Formats: sequence, structure tokens, C-alpha cells
Amino acid sequence: MGVVDQFELPKPVKYVFNWGRKYSLWCFNFGLACCAIEFIAASGSRHDFIRLGVIPFAHAPRQADLLVVSGTLTDKMAPALRRLYEEMPEPKYVISFGSCANCGGPYWDSYSVTKGVDQILPVDVYVPGCPPRPEALLDGIVALQNRIQGESLKDRMAQRRREPIVLRHDGPDIAPELQTTEGQEHRV
Amino acid sequence: MSASDLSAREISHPATAPGENLNLEIVGDGAFTTADMTLSVGPAHPATHGVLRVVLEMDGERVKSAHPVIGYMHRGFEKLAEHRDFRQSMALVNRHDWLSGMSNEIGLVLTVERMLEMEVPERAQWIRMLCAEYNRILNHLLFVGSYGLELGAITPMFYATRERERIQYLLEAATGGRLHYTYNQPGGVKIDLPKGFLQQSVELIPDLRKRIQDLEDLLLGNEIFMARTKGVGPLPPDVALSFGVSGPTLQATGIPEDVRVTEPYLKYDEVEVPVPVGENGDSWDRFYCLLGRMKASMYIIEQIHDRIPSGPVNVKLPKMVKAPEGSTYVRVENPLGSLGYWLESDGGRTPWRLKMRTASFSNVQSLPYLLEGTLVPDAISVLGSVFFVVGDVDR
Repeated sequence: MGVVDQFELPKPVKYVFNWGRKYSLWCFNFGLACCAIEFIAASGSRHDFIRLGVIPFAHAPRQADLLVVSGTLTDKMAPALRRLYEEMPEPKYVISFGSCANCGGPYWDSYSVTKGVDQILPVDVYVPGCPPRPEALLDGIVALQNRIQGESLKDRMAQRRREPIVLRHDGPDIAPELQTTEGQEHRV
Repeated sequence: MSASDLSAREISHPATAPGENLNLEIVGDGAFTTADMTLSVGPAHPATHGVLRVVLEMDGERVKSAHPVIGYMHRGFEKLAEHRDFRQSMALVNRHDWLSGMSNEIGLVLTVERMLEMEVPERAQWIRMLCAEYNRILNHLLFVGSYGLELGAITPMFYATRERERIQYLLEAATGGRLHYTYNQPGGVKIDLPKGFLQQSVELIPDLRKRIQDLEDLLLGNEIFMARTKGVGPLPPDVALSFGVSGPTLQATGIPEDVRVTEPYLKYDEVEVPVPVGENGDSWDRFYCLLGRMKASMYIIEQIHDRIPSGPVNVKLPKMVKAPEGSTYVRVENPLGSLGYWLESDGGRTPWRLKMRTASFSNVQSLPYLLEGTLVPDAISVLGSVFFVVGDVDR
């Protein structure tokens, strides 16, 4: 990158720069299991995340900014995922889509499943659900875009580990009796 | 000249290749001096929809041999099922073939119900059939869309997802799930259909029929599509049977095998189940059978609308469902073929052993035969039309 990862950009330049970056996220879908179908649904007719500037036509990880890991990662698959992640150019972002990718999900006690992709690569946004609805992916994408808008590329390149965004629902779609008491956040 | 005209099965390798007296090692059809190359397609490749890895031994553009490498999606389902009780297993069983959750659930509940010799209310059986047929259309729509995508046609995918959303909306109203329903339980279904479901379902079918006709017009008559699929990857019926291939892939070879007809379960013996068959077992026939099965499902759904009785939808279950000692095997028609569960119980609350016979696993076994001698573009056409879900292959 040369300049942007060594010098802090002037504020207006940074604003335009980040605005451009957040609306042209070339996305590499690492579709593994059930969640890949919901990813397809999110890219499909009704939900259509291309309107958010996420372009799911990256032919290879080398052309991608955003990696969406959707589905169960197995121990046999993990080296391939790590390698694909290494192939992506900086700055790169990772969305962990679905319970299996977050933590193993319903396969938490399986002998062959990696319990969470965050064991092998840094994750920016966790989208919970089994599988999450396409709207949840849209939510995750918007959360990521807000982060990109506010970040400094210099800091981003300097830091090794990132603080992840965990999506929390506080909307009316959760039954009231499932909402926890005040002061506690309900994690869906 | 289309790729299918170059099918290796018609072209015999010349006994003496030109350039032989140059003392070079000549391989292939003799046009070029090439060395064999090993091409690993996958595990993350868009054309294998899922994480199937196929190692191709290439001679120029021609596939000499193909070896599917499975296991990238092995989640240890059969072992996990030994540690879940029967109601918990339902949440796992609809995930191994993630496109046909309802059929998988029905397979397991029928197994458990047969062990328990449980009477299932009439209405529950009809509801199961209704949801399973909708699920079958959902599954086939995705394959229709993605097969077009693999052959370079993007539009069918958009049409397919649009229709999928409508059906998923309906199924979500009944079951609460878009992909994984967890709707069945031993003795029936969890909850009755919501008010207005049947009315919406009745209204949906004519629309769906029209839209699926659009999809068919987009693809089946398309010149490019026909050139890519006609005569590509023919599978003779005897070979298909020897590999244990089932579902649309087997029907395309001309064998009208369908578990719903040959070994009816639920109420399939009371409805008419049309079974589409192909002629040559090539990619075009396989795709044609897929479309035919969608139409058959819509026809079955219409019959269900007329026949569905009222009444209870489940029976009261004990706190702990324990299957008596013994074993049983149940076959159901998964959207992709014949699905079987073999359940061995020692009288406990979990299965002692749950063995699955999945359609995709057997379908994938035919890939080395089908891919041998094809060109690379044809290999993509074959891979897309031997319908499999990788989770169903690897379990």
C-alpha cells in the first residue's frame, strides 16, 4: 500500500477513501455447509446484498476484500481455509457466518469439527444463527461497513488482532420472555 | 463444434501417433506432445458446489481418470447420534443433507416409530407429505439454478432463488425454519399448520407451475445448454445400478425407480406419484428428470390439498422416548435419491448405532466412471448434473 499504511491520511481524504472501500467489498464466499445456502439466498433475488456494494463474484481470494466463512469447518478443511486467507491481499475482512463457523454449533462435541474459525484466522464479525437468516448477514455486512467507515487504515495495518463485532439483537423479533433482565445483553 | 462432439468414447486413440518416429513421448490424441498433469479441483471450487475435491489426471484437455476425495465435510454425524436422544437427533438429521431437511427427518421418525410400533395420526402423515414435497421442490430449484450457473447462465439462479423464497416463507410459517425445520417428532409433527396455510399453498401452486415453466423455457430449449449437456456423461442403467445410484440420476437412465412408488411410506400409496424417466442417462436427461420431479411434486401437493383430513397432529410422548431392543431399516425418497436409516437399539434412550445410506454418497461413486475420457468443460457439466450435497456424502 505504501502511503496509506505508513501515514495518517487527512480527514476528508480518509472519509472518501473509506467510503469507497466500504461500498466495494469484493466478497469471497467460502461456502462450506448449510449456511452457504443462506448466503446464496442473501445474494439472490429478495435480499440481494449487491445493493450494499458486496460483490460476490470474486474469482479467487486474491481479488477479494471480504471472506465469508459460511458453514462447518472441519479439521481436514482448516489448512485450506488458512491458505485461502493468506492469499487475500490486505486490508482484508472476515465474516464468520453461522454457529458452526463461530464455535462449532451443533457439532460442538464432534471429533472432526474445528470449533470456530477464529482458532485459525482473525474474525471481524460473528453472525449467529443456525443457519442465520439472510437478514442477519445483511446486518453483519452493515456492521462491518460501519467499522470500515470509521477506521484508520494505518492502525488497521499495524494491528495484528482485532476486536470482533458480535451482533446482538435487541429488536422486537425476540419473544419478551426470552429477553433477559436489565443490564444484561441477550446474545442470540 | 460443441464440446460434446469430442467425447472420448467415440474417438479411438490412433495406434501410431504422428511424430512417433521423432522419439518423443507422445500422449493424448497425438496432436501435441504433452505430459500428464494432475489437476486438483476443489475443495473450494465453485463448480463442485460444496467442498467435494476431485483429483483429475489430465492428458491435455482430456480427463484420463478422476478420483473424488471426500471427507472435507465429515462432521461425525453417526457418532454424534449415539449421544443424542431421538428428539435431539432430529436437529442433526436435517443438517446432513441441508437441502432436504424434511425428508431426512421423516426418515428418522419413521424408523423410530416403527421401532416403537407407534400409531401416527392421519393428519400428521399428510402434513409430513405436504412439507416433504415442498422441500423437494426447494431442493430441485437450487440445483436447477446452480446448474445453469455452472454452465454460464446466471439468470436461472435469480429465478430459482425468487421461487425458493416464496416456498421458504410458507414453510417457515408452518415450521419456524427456513432450511432446518425440526418439525417432526416421533408420533407426528410438533404443531398443526397455521391458519391460512392451506389457502396460501393452494394459491402458490399455479404461480409456481408458471414460474417453473419459465425456468424450463430458459434452459431446456437453449442451444448452448443443449450443446453442453446432450450426450455428455451418459450413464448406462446397469452401471448406474451397480454403483447404487438413485433419484433423478437413476431415473435419467430410464429406470422408473422411486421409493415413493416401489415401497410407499406415509400415504404415498393413496396418491398418484408420477415418475419422470430419461432415455440416455446423459446430463440433459438428468436435468430433465429434475424438472419432471418438481412437476410431479406439485401434482402430489395438489392431491394432498384435496385429501388432507382434520384431526390431531401428534400423540402424547413420554418424557423419555426409548426404542425397544432390536434393529430396523427404513427407506425414504430423499430429493436426491434413496435415503435409508438403519437403527440398532439396545433399549436405551439413544441409538446404539445409527447407520445412514445416503443418496449423494452413492451418486458420487459414479463420478470416476462418468468423468473418464471427458473434456474439462464436460467434466463441469457432469459434476453439476450428478446431483449430490457434500454434507450428505461425508455425513
